[in-house]
Amino acid sequence: MRTGMRVILRIEEIVVKGFLYFSVLVVFGSLGAIFVHIFYHGLGHINLEFLLAYPKDMGREGGIFPAIVGTGALVALALAVATPLGILAATYLNEYARSGRFIRIVRYGVDTLAGVPSIVFGLFGFAFLVIFCGFRWSILSGGLTLAFMILPYTIKATEEAIKAVPREYREASLSLGATRWQTVARVVLPAATPGIFTGVILALGKAAGETAAIMFTAGSSLTVPTSIMDPARSLPLHLYILVAEGISLEKAYATACVLIVLILIINTLATYLMRVMVAKRRGK
Amino acid sequence: MVNRRCYERLVETCLLGSAVVAILIVFLIGAFVFIEGFPILSGHGLSFLFGKEWAPLQGVFGVFPMIVGTFYVTVGALILGVPVGLACAVYLAEYAPRWFAELIRPAVLLLEGIPSVVYGFFGVVVLVPFIMNQFGGWGFSLLAGAVVLALMILPTMIGISEDAIRSVPRTYKEGSLALGATHWQTIRKVMLPAARSGIMAAVVLSLGRAAGETMAILMVAGNVAVIPTSILDPLRTLTANVALEMGYAFGDHTRALFASGVLLLLIVMLLNTFLYLLPKRTGT
Repeated sequence: MRTGMRVILRIEEIVVKGFLYFSVLVVFGSLGAIFVHIFYHGLGHINLEFLLAYPKDMGREGGIFPAIVGTGALVALALAVATPLGILAATYLNEYARSGRFIRIVRYGVDTLAGVPSIVFGLFGFAFLVIFCGFRWSILSGGLTLAFMILPYTIKATEEAIKAVPREYREASLSLGATRWQTVARVVLPAATPGIFTGVILALGKAAGETAAIMFTAGSSLTVPTSIMDPARSLPLHLYILVAEGISLEKAYATACVLIVLILIINTLATYLMRVMVAKRRGK
Repeated sequence: MVNRRCYERLVETCLLGSAVVAILIVFLIGAFVFIEGFPILSGHGLSFLFGKEWAPLQGVFGVFPMIVGTFYVTVGALILGVPVGLACAVYLAEYAPRWFAELIRPAVLLLEGIPSVVYGFFGVVVLVPFIMNQFGGWGFSLLAGAVVLALMILPTMIGISEDAIRSVPRTYKEGSLALGATHWQTIRKVMLPAARSGIMAAVVLSLGRAAGETMAILMVAGNVAVIPTSILDPLRTLTANVALEMGYAFGDHTRALFASGVLLLLIVMLLNTFLYLLPKRTGT
């Protein structure tokens, strides 16, 4: 009886481990499959001309230069708005706010914002920025929509980073006679910088890969935008149009490759910064 | 001195302003989407929610097939993604050697960073033909949608449940092992129940992600506005409906799409409220 029980437990342990290994394999196998497949079919079509030339014939020929510029402009505007706003809001919540109810309301709002589907941001951007504010389909409308979308991420990342700053830092600064803002600006925020940076970089990746939110706010023009009021097409939207309208599979693979490389660079940077942060914390 | 105090006041007001902007955006999104969608919700009401026919050009707006489509594909993604994600989390938290877990974390981050159009593209070029050849049918289907969404929710599922399992107090585990339980018995009967609320949160967040995903599902699900009867049938989700038709809609048609946006917002707020009701600490 006892040995029987033990054998069953032993078998159970093996079966379970098998399933666990299988799951890990599925997860990283699919990640690997996506990368290998897209790189295999796409890398060959990427060259300087593809990156720097204008598309011809709706993108069937030529390059993706306008989409690269468009993505850059949209992301730059989104970060320029969401980063300061997010850092300041998170600073208020953690260093200044005294009313627990206010903090709870803002956190609830931020969590809701983080969960809102990107297409709803698109609807909102269309109704509010494009129509109501009269910004039309433009980098301004698209960039602001993206900014609203990534705001919760910058707020959360800053909050985490600020919370990780030891209390002694603040106490030491305050006891030296520094005001609260001096303490925040010269002690707390600098100590939290790597964490904030990581969050901002990940938000950048999110904004650069977003499609649904800018479909109806930034337009899909294939010209290089020259002002903030010009419409623009981003890389992910370009990829979507190439596939959905069956324009060119070859160019679609190449565009997907560019996007993946972009995300790889962004994530490597973020991971590196996280390591720096952890090392710094361990060192102290 | 007075100057400095004024300055501090000013800074605090700016910070407060930023925090208020965050809630204001949530409020604006709700207001704009709701105001645009309200006439349809109040005018058509039940025939909007439960109407089985979607013929916008004839002025017939029934989103029931899209509600069912969203429901099916989300449930499908959870059925596939939750066990695998949870198993991965258990492996990483309990079985994996430290160096391996450290190696995996950036990979999970990468999986999260890949733009949804790239997942959709991969689905179109690999998964859809595979399903068509192996199981018959058109390939663009509930099954394809569920598999792609399952991949996309994995990072959320893995990350949050791993954290939850890791935050179970060590004494629980030691107590159980000391009583002679095997490692798996300890995990199943002690660790997982103690991490229950964190795992629930992971499932709910994954659910929100799957229900709100737009581009990937738009590309692989076929977008036929009919209730699917088998997993090989195509379907259309609420999000895809908006993305597909917003470009050329006007009048009541636009309002009907905004009303779909209202439904999506309600789903998010419901899920978010549910998350707030979950107990925060594990075990205690």
